[in-house]
Amino acid sequence: MSALTHLTVTEAIKGLENKEFSAVELTQTHIKAIENHRHLNAFITETPELALKQAAESDKRRAAGTAGALDGIPMAIKDLFCTKNVRTTAASHILENFVPAYESTVTRNLFNQGAVMLGKTSLDEFAMGSSNTTSYFGNVINPWKKSGGSNVDLTPGGSSGGSAAALAARLCMGSTGTDTGGSIRQPAGFCGITGIKPTYGRCSRWGIVAFASSLDQAGVFGRSVEDTALMLKSMAGYDPKDSTSADLEVPDWPSLSKQSVKGLKIGIPKEYRMDGMPEEIEKLWQKGITGLKDSGAEIIDVSLPHTKYALPTYYIIAPAEASSNLARYDGVRYGLRVEGKDLNDTYENTRAAGFGDEVKRRIMIGTYVLSAGYYDAYYIKAQKVRRLILQDFENVFTQCDALLTPTAPSAAFAIGENEDDPIKMYLNDVFTVPANLAGLPGISVPAGLDANGLPLGLQIIGKAWDEETVFRVAYAIEQAANFTSLPEMVTRSAA
Amino acid sequence: MAQLLQGETGQWELVIGLEVHAQITAQSKLFSGAPTTFGAAPNTQVSFVDAAMPGMLPVLNEKCVEQAVRTGLGLNAVIHKVSVFERKNYFYADLPQGYQISQFLHPIVGKGEIEVDLSDGSVKKIGVTRLHLEQDAGKSLHDQHPTKSFVDLNRSGCALMEIVSEPDMRSAEEATAYLSKLRMILQYLGTCNGNMDEGSMRADVNISVRKPGDELGTRCEIKNVNSLKAVQAAIEYESRRQIESIESGEPITQQTRLWDPAKMETRPMRSKEEAHDYRYFPDPDLLPLELDEGLIEKIRATLPELPDEKKHRLIETMGLSIYDAGVLIAERRRADYFEIVAKNRDAKLAANWVINELLGLLNKNGQTLEESPVSAQQLGGLIDLISDQTISGKIAKDVFAEMFETGKNASDIVEEKGMKQVTDTGAIEKIIDEVIAENPDNVTAYRSGKDKLFGFFVGQVMKKSQGKANPATVNELLKSKLGQ
Repeated sequence: MSALTHLTVTEAIKGLENKEFSAVELTQTHIKAIENHRHLNAFITETPELALKQAAESDKRRAAGTAGALDGIPMAIKDLFCTKNVRTTAASHILENFVPAYESTVTRNLFNQGAVMLGKTSLDEFAMGSSNTTSYFGNVINPWKKSGGSNVDLTPGGSSGGSAAALAARLCMGSTGTDTGGSIRQPAGFCGITGIKPTYGRCSRWGIVAFASSLDQAGVFGRSVEDTALMLKSMAGYDPKDSTSADLEVPDWPSLSKQSVKGLKIGIPKEYRMDGMPEEIEKLWQKGITGLKDSGAEIIDVSLPHTKYALPTYYIIAPAEASSNLARYDGVRYGLRVEGKDLNDTYENTRAAGFGDEVKRRIMIGTYVLSAGYYDAYYIKAQKVRRLILQDFENVFTQCDALLTPTAPSAAFAIGENEDDPIKMYLNDVFTVPANLAGLPGISVPAGLDANGLPLGLQIIGKAWDEETVFRVAYAIEQAANFTSLPEMVTRSAA
Repeated sequence: MAQLLQGETGQWELVIGLEVHAQITAQSKLFSGAPTTFGAAPNTQVSFVDAAMPGMLPVLNEKCVEQAVRTGLGLNAVIHKVSVFERKNYFYADLPQGYQISQFLHPIVGKGEIEVDLSDGSVKKIGVTRLHLEQDAGKSLHDQHPTKSFVDLNRSGCALMEIVSEPDMRSAEEATAYLSKLRMILQYLGTCNGNMDEGSMRADVNISVRKPGDELGTRCEIKNVNSLKAVQAAIEYESRRQIESIESGEPITQQTRLWDPAKMETRPMRSKEEAHDYRYFPDPDLLPLELDEGLIEKIRATLPELPDEKKHRLIETMGLSIYDAGVLIAERRRADYFEIVAKNRDAKLAANWVINELLGLLNKNGQTLEESPVSAQQLGGLIDLISDQTISGKIAKDVFAEMFETGKNASDIVEEKGMKQVTDTGAIEKIIDEVIAENPDNVTAYRSGKDKLFGFFVGQVMKKSQGKANPATVNELLKSKLGQ
């Protein structure tokens, strides 16, 4: 049975179509895998009954010849997507018992294509973090360990750490994430899987608990570029309920992603070569460059001169928006309420008890940068720099079709390692944040292992609305890297 | 022309500006599809967006945008092709999002002006600084439970226009004239029902006082001023308070004050130091609002005749008095009613009937025009009977009373009751002969020079004819018969 958890989505659909196994069997196998790997703490809420019900319905549809593009595929959903009648927590105490009466557009789209939901995965509280350690429900453990029998638990990255860990550990066949500053791409890199954040506006934000509205974008993790393309196609599309969603056709990415990269120009931004970056990352980057050259792409050096301002800009804009977005968690209408002697006291008690330290830190930063007397110096200036960062990208995309960079400046680190220094933690997102500020699509593809046997990812950033090229280059990297390594835990359980 | 107030140290000038919140007439809210019906059971008109559930997003209601543009055009104001929605951040129990979506630096409508008529017959122009779109908050109910407050979110998210005036007003009269004129214009445009009782229109009054010719004084903002009477009373109270405070050596501090209609006084809500830092920033859930010229022109083409134009037309082309025209245009429904009555009829007669008879009777019964049992078409029918001499003006009043009572048409009443005017000279002559025969002494007296007795004879004839005799015919025949 365990072989079923090692299939790609594409393979599983073929198997279902050929009646090699049923959706119920496929789902049962994954439910079992989740039960066996609860120590990873990847899920906040497991929904096995719902999954089996959906799988049974899926089998009926397939028998009737009305199966959708993802029919019967067991997926995990980041617990930031509101799911109707299923608890949605944003990994926060303040929403610990919140059950939405509505379904987010992205999950609705997935269910409309027949996807099965195994449960809701953990994340950094309100998606604020890069290590999944700020979750109210405890940190998630990366299925990967350092080689040589290390027992040190590593972070899966964040914020979509539960979704990444669950997929890497073969607990699901695909999983959703959201990416505000790298929350899909960095955990994909840390967990040795593929993860894409599409262009801002490609997926509806309706029903996703908001962190920073101008940066948040839904995306997906897959175990192959093709799987990722297949799932994203089902998730994406115009939604009149989200005023920032784009009224554009969704291309057939699964078929387009396998086109050759021959003749494509790939830019290598020199600013992504950071001081103190491990040599292995540089080597991996070079390997990627060679692979693309061998596939017929042309490599050119480019410059994105404002890159170094991206992180500080991000850490003004994201907290500013978050401070306002999170004001609705006030204990009045839903969620946690800790009574006080009057209304203000109730607000203070509720929010003091309901939010964790990192969320409070960002609310305070955000409130500060929007305050009278500081607004121009911080928020307005950050918006201007954001504009310059976007112009950097617009300039280089007159010279090339896509950019190739490392995903993160390091491999997965130990849980608790960067906890004492928020700035050090924020540096994890240094390569991913610019694409969010510019609204561009970015993907992380596993491309090799470091000296400790931990996976490393390469990132491809594309033009707005050009996920197609992003997928093509990612597919070429996937082919060239031939990344087949698995966490030892997975190979052991498969044996 | 400034109306100065006498203080102990001399004369003071009032400076007044108004911020009016007008609820836009629309089926659904500014950013959600929830209905906006007034008076529904609490929390029954609330969408997930209005309740600020996690992950909910605002979607702008185009109808509300059109209403704002229409209002801007009606105020002769600049329409801004690009405007921006911003978040005004503050915590309150009836503000679910923790912020109000409003417009701050870039409102949809810029400078405009309103002409107001003052009681001395003069006309004054009051500047409009801006009009912007924003969401309303819900309603906190503090009197439903001994220890708890309740929140009703029906109003949460309803579309408001905030219309800010220049500090151009110098007296309570000017302020109330401005407010009623603004209300009238909104009603004509159909962009706000102007119903101050239901809170569809609310005013905040900014007041300061100064010695004539001085710089502007420190102002106080008075909230909760929700009727024309309250505007008048609040300005009178607050200006006195400020003058007395300054004259007793205590300068005014900038404050937000609350009008208490029961105690007829203003009292402090919060001082400048306690003022919120609203942390305005552009709402990232909404793109800047861009209007194309075509839409603006389309709306301009459908603007109705506004009160001032209508007034001029009633006076100049329909021949009404300034007073009558003023009464008729004061409410759009009233003007519409009048125009139906007056169509193809004697306008002065129509105005007379609408103002003196209809409005008089409605007023006496405490009814509004919408509740009138007599429709404009029916009143027109009555006037037709007067004009073609089927009934006399006097009989018409009885017919009208009957119409008001029963809702029947004038012609049916006249028919049923046999109230048709008698113009048959033979019949009238017969009555006159009877009257002359019955009153020989008065006939003699009249003929010997007591002209005043003519009225007596008319009265007797009318009485005998049960009021149906045509008065003109009676006069004519009487004169000739008595003169013999």
